[in-house]
Formats: sequence, structure tokens, C-alpha cells
Amino acid sequence: MIETFLVIGMIIVFTMLLCLYRAALGPGVYNRIAASSVIGTKAVVLLVAIGYIFERPMFVDIALLYAMLNFIGTLLMAKYLVRGEVCTA
Amino acid sequence: MSKSEKAFSMVVTFCIMFVFWVLLSAWVSSHEAPGHFNLLHVCEGIIAALIVTVISHELLIPAKGEKVLLKTLRLIPYLGWELWQIALATFDVAYRVIHPKMPIDPRIIEFETTLRSDFALTTLANSITLTPGTITILVEPEKGKFVVHAIAEKPADALLVDKTMQNKVAHVYMEE
Amino acid sequence: MHSIDIISTVLLVGGAFFMLTGALGLLRLPDFYTRLHATGKCDTLGEVLIIVGCMVYQGWSFITIKLFFLMLFIFIANPVATHAIMKAAYVTGVKPWKKGDERM
Repeated sequence: MIETFLVIGMIIVFTMLLCLYRAALGPGVYNRIAASSVIGTKAVVLLVAIGYIFERPMFVDIALLYAMLNFIGTLLMAKYLVRGEVCTA
Repeated sequence: MSKSEKAFSMVVTFCIMFVFWVLLSAWVSSHEAPGHFNLLHVCEGIIAALIVTVISHELLIPAKGEKVLLKTLRLIPYLGWELWQIALATFDVAYRVIHPKMPIDPRIIEFETTLRSDFALTTLANSITLTPGTITILVEPEKGKFVVHAIAEKPADALLVDKTMQNKVAHVYMEE
Repeated sequence: MHSIDIISTVLLVGGAFFMLTGALGLLRLPDFYTRLHATGKCDTLGEVLIIVGCMVYQGWSFITIKLFFLMLFIFIANPVATHAIMKAAYVTGVKPWKKGDERM
């Protein structure tokens, strides 16, 4: 069963490379933010798959943490682009 | 908020936070003694749950809400219908992307609803984002106005003309 | 091969296929708003399928509960992030694409 997780991991890395094309090229800033958010979401699933390849189940905690960080990062970028500042001091 | 409502919400939030902590970390998963609590983690859990409860106990159970139990019970079949719509949505988008001619015809539509409360508007916006072909752009809470981006004509019509989703959400939250 | 292995492999491969479709949509579609359609929906369901496949493979243990929380969080957070960035683009003035324009 470990071979299945290895193949799934390689497919996910390949899709990350496809998204990198859009992150480098996309005209304007919004395409790049969307591509970065998608790469972050795929990294979460890649962490779970790597946890199964190495047979250490503690990668799931790290995946949970990174999912939250990625979500907050995307919301923060959207708020900054609308208002021009993050918090009103 | 009156005293009894405050105490009720604090107790419920504390219980939920403590159960969450126990499920995530206090159950020591060692191979020789499965299912035994570690005292240090339980004490840490009580302190952490207390801090979270004191700071933000009003978010989970809102201050004014009548017939919360009935609304929660009506939410569950709605969630089942929504999961089926999500499966349909993904097949629809996959078909449009892989097809060599790419049949898309995007447009932006606006409509108004009769829903006013926070939970109902959030549920409807989330459902519009998860159903085939539409994503919410703007919500105005005073008039219940939605600005939605649709990817083709058929999903846009399903929202504007049929109004299936608005009726279902109004039925769950009892037509607020 | 046990039947649990077969079910979990089918779910994992289905999830990977949907993630491939989401990334392909990012490349092929002609406009920012339509690209968000592809990633916001296909990515979320592909991830949910992969995590359900891992849960089925694991059986009943405490890792399954953590995976379930991860799945719930991704299920709720991804559409909210998609909506937030689409609202930022609309308010700032990115123009939508109509049929017959060129790619942007």
C-alpha cells in the first residue's frame, strides 16, 4: 500500500508544478495570490500522504496547523488589497 | 446578556473546548497502555479551555436566538442535500474544463432575498459557492442583496428563476 | 488484497484526478473569475476524497478523528477564502470576461 501513497504524492507534486506556471506568469497580482493559495492547499494533502509513506502518523497535526496558516494568509492578503492597510492603529 | 444565559453559554463552550482538547492531545497513544489519560495534559487542557471560554464564549451560542434546537435539527437534511450538490458541482466543472471546446459563458447577476439574520445569510452564501456554477461576490446584510458570478446560463437560471436554494434555506431558518 | 485496500485506492485515485482537473483549469480558463471557479470547487472536493481515502485505510483510531477535523476545516475554509479574494478583486475593479473577448 505504500506504493499507492508514493504515486499519489508524485501526482500532487506534478499538479503543484502546473500551478507554479500560473503563479509566475499570471497578469496582475490576483492570479498570483490565487495560485499561492492553491499551492498551500495542495501542500496540506501532500503532508498527509508523506505521513503515510514514512509510517509516522504525527504529520497530521502539522497538516492541521498549516491549513489554518494558509487560510489566514489568504484572508489577510485580500483585506490588505481592499483597504491598503491591515489594522487601523 | 442575563446571568443565566451567560452561565449556560460559558458551560457549553467549556465542555466543547475540553472535549476537543482531549480528542486531539490528552489521550496518550502509547502501545502498551491504550486509552489512559495523562494527568499533565488533562490539567493543561482545563486551563486552556478556561482561557478560551472566558475570552470568547459569546461566539458559539449567540445572545439572542429562539428555537435553536429546532433549527439545528432541520439543518441536517439540508447538509445531506448540499453534499449531493457538491458532488454534482465538481463533475460539472471537470466536464467544462476537460471538454476541448470549453463551453463557458460567464456573467454577473444580482438578486434579493428575504433572509436577514447572520447564520442564514452565511449558509446561503456558502451554499451558493459550493453548488455547480456560481460563486458569491458580495453580500449586503441590510437589504439581503447578493451579487453572484455564474459560469454559464443554466446555473444562473437555477438561482434566479427557480429559487430552489433560497426556499430551502428559508425553510431551515424559518423564513427570517 | 483486502477489500479495504481496494476501496481506499479508488477514493485516493479519484481525489488525485480531481486535483489534476483543478490545476488544469487554472491553466486553460481565460479569466481570473473563471479560474477561481475551477480551483475553489474541484480542489476542495479532491482533498476531501483523498482524506476520506486515508480515513478508510486507517480504520478506527485516534488519527481518524484528527483527519476528520482536518477535512471539516478544509471544507469550511476553502470556499470562504475563495469568496474573500473574489470580493477583493471585484471591489478593486478587475473586469470580468465576456464571450468573444481575448484571453487575459
